Amino acid sequence: MGLLDITDLTVEFPTRRRLFTAVDALNLKVNPGEIHGLVGESGAGKSTVGAAVMGLLDPPGRIAKGNIVFKNQLVDTSDGAVMHALRGRRISMIFQDPLTSLNPLLTIGDQLTETIRANLQVSASDADGRARELLDRVGIPDPDSRLNQYPHQFSGGMRQRVVIALALCSEPDVIIADEPTTALDVAIQAQILDLIRDVVDERKVGVILITHDMGVIANTTDRVTVMYRGKVVETGPTAKILSAPEHAYTQSLIAAVPRPHKKVHRFPRINYDGDDPDFAIEDLARDWPRYDNAPGKPLLSVRDLTKRFIEKRSLLPWGNRYFTAVDQLSFDIMPGEVLGLVGESGSGKSTVARMIAGLYKVDGGRVTFDGDLVSDLSNRKVQRAYRQEIQMIFQDPFSSLNPRMRVDQIVAEPLRHHRLLSGQDIPDRVGELLEQVGLGADARLKYPHEFSGGQRQRIAIARALATQPRFLICDEPTSALDVSIQAQILNILKDLQDHLGLTILFISHALPVVRQMCDRVAVMRRGQIVELADSEQLFTAPKHDYTKELLRLTPRTENMFEKPEA
Amino acid sequence: MSALSRFWDSDFAWDFRHSPVAVVSFLVALLLVLSAVFAPLIATMNPFVPANLNLMNGFTAPGVPNQFTNETFLLGTDDQGRDVYSTILYGMRISLFVGFAAVALGMIIGVTLGLIAGYFGGWTDAVIMRIADVQLTFPSILVAMLIFGVAKGITPVEYRDQLAIWVLILSIGLSDWVQFARVVRGATMVEKQKEYVQAARLIGRGALPILTRHILPNVLSPVLVIATISLALAIIAEATLSFLGVGAPSTQPSLGTLIRIGQGFLFSGEWWILFFPSVTLLALALSVNLLGDWLRDALNPKLK
Amino acid sequence: MVTYIFRRILQSILVLLVVGLVAFAMFTFIGDPIDNMLGQERTQEDIDRLRGVLGLDQPFVVQYVKFVISAMQGNFGVSYEQGRPVAQILAERAPATLELAAVSALFALSLGVVLGVYTAIHRKGFVANLVLTLSLIGVSLPTFLIGILLIYLFSVQLDWLPSFGRGETVDLGGWTTGFLTSSGMRALILPSITLGLYQMTLIMRLVRSEMMEVMRQDYIRFARARGLSERAITFRHALKNTMVPVITVTGLQLGSLIAFAIITETVFQWPGMGLLFINAIKFVDIPVMAAYLMLISVMFVGINLIVDLLYVSIDPRLRT
Repeated sequence: MGLLDITDLTVEFPTRRRLFTAVDALNLKVNPGEIHGLVGESGAGKSTVGAAVMGLLDPPGRIAKGNIVFKNQLVDTSDGAVMHALRGRRISMIFQDPLTSLNPLLTIGDQLTETIRANLQVSASDADGRARELLDRVGIPDPDSRLNQYPHQFSGGMRQRVVIALALCSEPDVIIADEPTTALDVAIQAQILDLIRDVVDERKVGVILITHDMGVIANTTDRVTVMYRGKVVETGPTAKILSAPEHAYTQSLIAAVPRPHKKVHRFPRINYDGDDPDFAIEDLARDWPRYDNAPGKPLLSVRDLTKRFIEKRSLLPWGNRYFTAVDQLSFDIMPGEVLGLVGESGSGKSTVARMIAGLYKVDGGRVTFDGDLVSDLSNRKVQRAYRQEIQMIFQDPFSSLNPRMRVDQIVAEPLRHHRLLSGQDIPDRVGELLEQVGLGADARLKYPHEFSGGQRQRIAIARALATQPRFLICDEPTSALDVSIQAQILNILKDLQDHLGLTILFISHALPVVRQMCDRVAVMRRGQIVELADSEQLFTAPKHDYTKELLRLTPRTENMFEKPEA
Repeated sequence: MSALSRFWDSDFAWDFRHSPVAVVSFLVALLLVLSAVFAPLIATMNPFVPANLNLMNGFTAPGVPNQFTNETFLLGTDDQGRDVYSTILYGMRISLFVGFAAVALGMIIGVTLGLIAGYFGGWTDAVIMRIADVQLTFPSILVAMLIFGVAKGITPVEYRDQLAIWVLILSIGLSDWVQFARVVRGATMVEKQKEYVQAARLIGRGALPILTRHILPNVLSPVLVIATISLALAIIAEATLSFLGVGAPSTQPSLGTLIRIGQGFLFSGEWWILFFPSVTLLALALSVNLLGDWLRDALNPKLK
Repeated sequence: MVTYIFRRILQSILVLLVVGLVAFAMFTFIGDPIDNMLGQERTQEDIDRLRGVLGLDQPFVVQYVKFVISAMQGNFGVSYEQGRPVAQILAERAPATLELAAVSALFALSLGVVLGVYTAIHRKGFVANLVLTLSLIGVSLPTFLIGILLIYLFSVQLDWLPSFGRGETVDLGGWTTGFLTSSGMRALILPSITLGLYQMTLIMRLVRSEMMEVMRQDYIRFARARGLSERAITFRHALKNTMVPVITVTGLQLGSLIAFAIITETVFQWPGMGLLFINAIKFVDIPVMAAYLMLISVMFVGINLIVDLLYVSIDPRLRT
């Protein structure tokens, strides 16, 4: 018997239209000193498992069936008193977002001692000492003064350490960690995962690590359970599942993970549930305009680009404190090239994209496109021409399409605005575009909420291609998508570049993705480029220490199963 | 037809059908609005045409034949022999007209300024919101009274009664825009950050099409909620002003004016002159309030 | 933090200057004070002399500055209707309104917060739903109707409490109080319930919705997952976070009590500033209107400053 044994767990959410089964007859066993990964794409039901075990299901969710056995004792999750005795004392939980997990109005010390005293029968001064010990244990320097501080005085990584300290307050036997590093940068992610590993080894607790990230699974877990639409498709030791998965879904899921150590031509087609429609790139390429580009002359050129934001507003305008988000940045993009811009959050990469796109005013420097100065927003003639030449694919396909507009209105907006077509030609062209991105012409009468994330990103691509632009900015185009959808979208972007000769600025925080997409890569840190090199060279022989550090911290996936390319 | 059936099948319509409070309050509000609109058809008389009145009918109790004329009035009569049932119907016309018009005025001003402040930010935003803050310093009823007082000071005496209704609409409407502006500004600032707005800017769309075609449709649900609650508040505000004698004149009485008149007979036993207009006002305000309360929950995605 | 408070004080002064401008504009553009102060028999000489005395021949800005200075010294001119200094009239009336508003505020705040927390915790309970339904009726009942209802019930039918006036008052050197006599206290009951009921329901509904909002936050889920008791979660974690938005709105609400007193004072013939103001509107007595406006905004700005300080003491994020 394991520490925690979940058998036949079924969780249902009755809605008015149907009964939604979020978790379907799940079995899961956690042993002491073991990290058990629970992996799946969005909607797989993995977080629901965690909430069900803790008795924290949001209404109207309910456990329809199944047993949860903790230390050989059957747990009745419907019994409030039983759950209260278990929660926090024997089973703890870590949530995804350290920003919202801590009460902003209480000091860290208050929140720790309160939790310690709620769970262990100790005096106030003992609790205080224990709080100090815990902060020290999770690697927070100077715990004495830190205890009296409030959450907003901690950085994101430090806050997640505090959250872990809170979860450890009562020496729990099991910790459920729900996407504990998803909101963090790669460097912090590695530290937090190391910390969890240390705690497990030291105290022999069992951990259920819920994540969507195969890299995290590969580097941290001992065993893994793969979920798909509420059901377990495969479970076993991590090394075995990752190198030799048996189930077709696991195989396709692992094959779709971008590898940092080598570039693939195209990702293998994942057709597990048939949601990978064809993208008719040849049709699109047939009447795409061709440009004669002077060789060696950049299409887009950025010189000394600078942006400052007000950090702290003062009483008087000239007393404001500024924060330099982008600091005298210069680079060129050649016609037909994909340039990657990579960096951690706050490095200024998205700000660069928005300045090039003319969404932010530049505070210094200039941007020229095909010889025209486009960073001067007041030159209407140049701006109007430039707007037809560039387009952008955004991060979140749930926010980049206006929910109150029909798909045909969305795709037609650029055509109408630039008066490229008129009359019946507009709906005809919209229908063609939607066919070409693989959605079918009847998609045009629907609203965005009727589509999945991948389909929405295709609509966004159709809109971006409507004016037949020469230059495409992709701002984290796949970071909000599941890994299988990410593979589809990346394949489409590769096609666009190969067949249409599009020039692309590709922005991402994920090094493996950048390696798959880009010809050259610029690494950004604190508003500056620390290294700019050919992609293969940068990944195989990085020069700058920061680049080396980023590459070192990226989860290793070399020994993962690889499906031959389609 | 498909749009109608799709609406019928939507979560919103389903929630409505399954909330007895919402259905009942909607029906009550609808009944009151319709009876006010069709007052000339369903009233027994127009009580504000002196020729229709018979002083002998004064102070007839509800449902009891008058001792002199032997006429019976469902809800009784007031001191001048006006049928209370008819005065309520005509009074409600004024109350509802002022209410709807004032909310429309406040909504147009507030939504426009809110969109502008939220989208452009900077100085425009600072100026608009500081004005809103200053106005918020005073309760809307006081602002309405001030505007009423000022308007009274400017208008010539002989037009005062004629203009009273319009002055009321202006004063309640102007005291009401801040709510709309604040909410729309907040929602606009959220929407402005969303990528669909950035996408529209990238295409080259100007501020006006972005505000009207992209942002406005996405901030309408909170506006709808506030408009409903504001309607109840405007009806109450109008009644309060008229009750205080600084609103609808007795030649064009609203429910508030009727209550002010009725209050004088409270101690002398003619309770019906006060009671029925009060109950009507309560039913009107309560049904609209309940509807607004339900709307707020139904349109709040967080509560799902 | 010092910057924050300093900025709030600057903003308050700005608000007062703007209100002053509105009040002053009312003086200047509505009705002619000369008309109001001189009778029918007047000569052009009289008019010119009075213009000079009142400073009406000076530029607008100069007049405004003079107005602000004299307002700061408590000089608001002479009432058109009563012919006495406005400041003197207001000083006589202020105690009645302030005592009424204070009692109402206490009533609204204490009951509002308690009922709000109760209805938020027992969301599905019978009592909570009953209180909520009653509160909607409370919001839908205009203040004056509540007053009339209470008078009818407790004065006309039961004859327990007086239906108008302040009862016996005691003069404490310029401040007349009703707190020291039993008739004064009895006279306060109905008006303060009338005045406070609407604010009470608003505060209650606000506390309830904010609390329910807070209860959905991640840190509450995390607190629950850490095994804290429901008691600790409700009162230590949820209530404190609820208070941050509640304090702002409550501050505004309590400030508006003084202005809302206009209605209550009319219903109960309560000899306060509100009754004075409503008469001033009827007679277009601009100096009284303007002075009342200034007085209300001074009180309001004061309350807002206190609210800001409370804010800082609750929310550590503002202290840095």
